[in-house]
Amino acid sequence: MALLEVKKLHAAYGQTRVLHGIDFTMEEGTITALLGANGAGKTTTLRALCGMVRTEGEVRFAGHDIGRRKTEDIARLGIAHVPDGRGTFLNLTTEENLRLGGYARRDKKAVEADIERMFGHFPRLKERRRQQAGTLSGGEQQMLAVSRALMMKPKLMLLDEPSFGLAPLLVRELFQILRRINDAERVSMLLVEQNAAMALDLADQAYLIETGRVVQSGSAAALKRDDSVRKSYLGY
Amino acid sequence: MDALLHQILAGLATGGIYASLALALVMIYQATHLVNFAQGEMAMFTTYIAWSLVNAGMPYWAAFFITIVFAFAMGVLIERIIIRPVEDAPVLAVVVVFIALLVILNSVAGWIYTYTIKSFPSPFPKDAFVATKYMSPHEMGAIGITLVVLLLLFAFFRFTPLGLAMRAAAQNPQSSRLVGIRVGWMLALGWGLAAAVGAVAGMMVAPIVYLDPNMMGGILLYAFAGALLGGIDSPGGAVVGGFAVGVLENVLGAFVIGNELKLPMALVLIIGVLLVRPSGFFGKVHVTRV
Repeated sequence: MALLEVKKLHAAYGQTRVLHGIDFTMEEGTITALLGANGAGKTTTLRALCGMVRTEGEVRFAGHDIGRRKTEDIARLGIAHVPDGRGTFLNLTTEENLRLGGYARRDKKAVEADIERMFGHFPRLKERRRQQAGTLSGGEQQMLAVSRALMMKPKLMLLDEPSFGLAPLLVRELFQILRRINDAERVSMLLVEQNAAMALDLADQAYLIETGRVVQSGSAAALKRDDSVRKSYLGY
Repeated sequence: MDALLHQILAGLATGGIYASLALALVMIYQATHLVNFAQGEMAMFTTYIAWSLVNAGMPYWAAFFITIVFAFAMGVLIERIIIRPVEDAPVLAVVVVFIALLVILNSVAGWIYTYTIKSFPSPFPKDAFVATKYMSPHEMGAIGITLVVLLLLFAFFRFTPLGLAMRAAAQNPQSSRLVGIRVGWMLALGWGLAAAVGAVAGMMVAPIVYLDPNMMGGILLYAFAGALLGGIDSPGGAVVGGFAVGVLENVLGAFVIGNELKLPMALVLIIGVLLVRPSGFFGKVHVTRV
C-alpha cells in the first residue's frame, strides 16, 4: 500500500483556484520530487496535504483519510512540513525551536537525545543553541526548520524549497544529510524544488506540475534524460 | 522622608496588583494582539465568588484557591464560547465583544450582589510582627503573594513544555500547528491563566478598595498604563511597569497633584507613552519592511 495517495486534489485561495485535480502516489521510504515553474502549484500542494488551505479531493496517508483533518492532527499522524519561509519561531531560542518539534511525542527522553543528534547533523545550530532563532542567518534557519521537522520523528517530510537562500556548498551538504536520513531512518520525503537538477539527483520519483495539474511523471532518472524536461527545467 | 518612604512602599503594594493585572493583559495581547477590556471585570466577578465562599463560612485560603480554579475555568469557557466565534472577525467587532463582556459581568455582579460596597477580608493578621510603621501586614502580604504568582508564571512559561507550547502558539500559530500544537486550546489556556492571575489581583486589592462591581475600573486603567509603560508585548516589562505606576500614583498623589488627579495621571501616562515611546521601555520596536 502506498504511504501517500492523492486523488483529484483541488485547492483554492478564496476565489482563486490553484490546483485542478492533482493525482500522485508515494511509496514508503522513497523521495519524491515535485517540479514545476513558479506558480504551478507546488507549494499549494504541500499546504493542501497539511490542511492549510481549503481542498477538495482525496488524500490518504498511511491508511488515514486526511483530506478533512486539522493541520495539528495531520502533524500528529506523522507528516512534518518544512514550510515556505521556514516557519521559524523567531523569539524563541534555537533549542526551544527544536524542543517544539518534539512537542507531540511521548518519548520525552528520546527527544533530548534527538536534540543532540540534530546538533550532530548541524554543528552550527549547536553554537547558536541559546540564541534567539530570529538572529540566525537564512541558511541556519533553514537547517533549523529541517531539524525541527526531523524532531517530530515523521513518517513523511514535506520539504518546500529547502535549498532556498542557501550557498551552493550548503545545499550540497543539506541534500547529503537528507539522503542519509532517508537511508538510515526510512523517512519518506516529498520535495519541492526550484533547483530541478539537484532535486532529481536526490529523488527516486518525480512529478512535473504545470498550472495545477500533473503533466508528467516517472522515475527521477528517466525524467532527467527526458528532452523536454531537460530543456525546460534543467537548462541544457 | 518618612512620609515619602511610606508612600513608595504603599505604592509597591498596589503596584503589585497593577502588575498582575498588566501581566494578564499582556498574556492575552500576545496571543490576540488585542487588549481585553473585560479583564478587570473578570477579576471583580471572581472576587465576589471568593466573598461568597468566605461568607458561607469557608476558611480564607480554601476560598482563595477555589476561586482561582473557578477563575481559570471561567477564562477558558469565555475564550471557547464567546471569543472563539469572533476569532477572525474585524478588530472592532472583537473590541465590542470585550466591552460587552465588561458590561455583562458588571451588571450580573450588580444584580446578584447589589451595588452596595462590601468589605473583603484580608488573610493577613492585623497585628503580625512584620507590620511596620511603613507598611500594613496586608500590603506586605499582597506584595508577597504577587511575587509568588509572578514567579510561578515565569517558571511555568520558561521551564515547562506546555508553557513553551503556549508561547509558540501565541507567536506563530501556523508553525505551531505544523508541529502538532493544538493552538485553539493554548489560547483558551492563556485566557484561563490570565483570569486566574486577575482573580488573585482582585482578592488582594479588595481589602484596600472594598468590594463593589465598579472596583476594578480605575485599577484596570492603572494596569493598562503599566502594561504600556513596560511594553504591551513584554511580560517582564508589564510587571515592572505595573510596580512603577503604583509607586508613581502614590507619590504623585500624596505630594504633587493630590488624590483627585491620580486617575487622570494614568491617562496622561498612557497618552505620553503612546506619543513618545509606543513600544514601552521593554517592548520590541516593530519595524515593517515595505
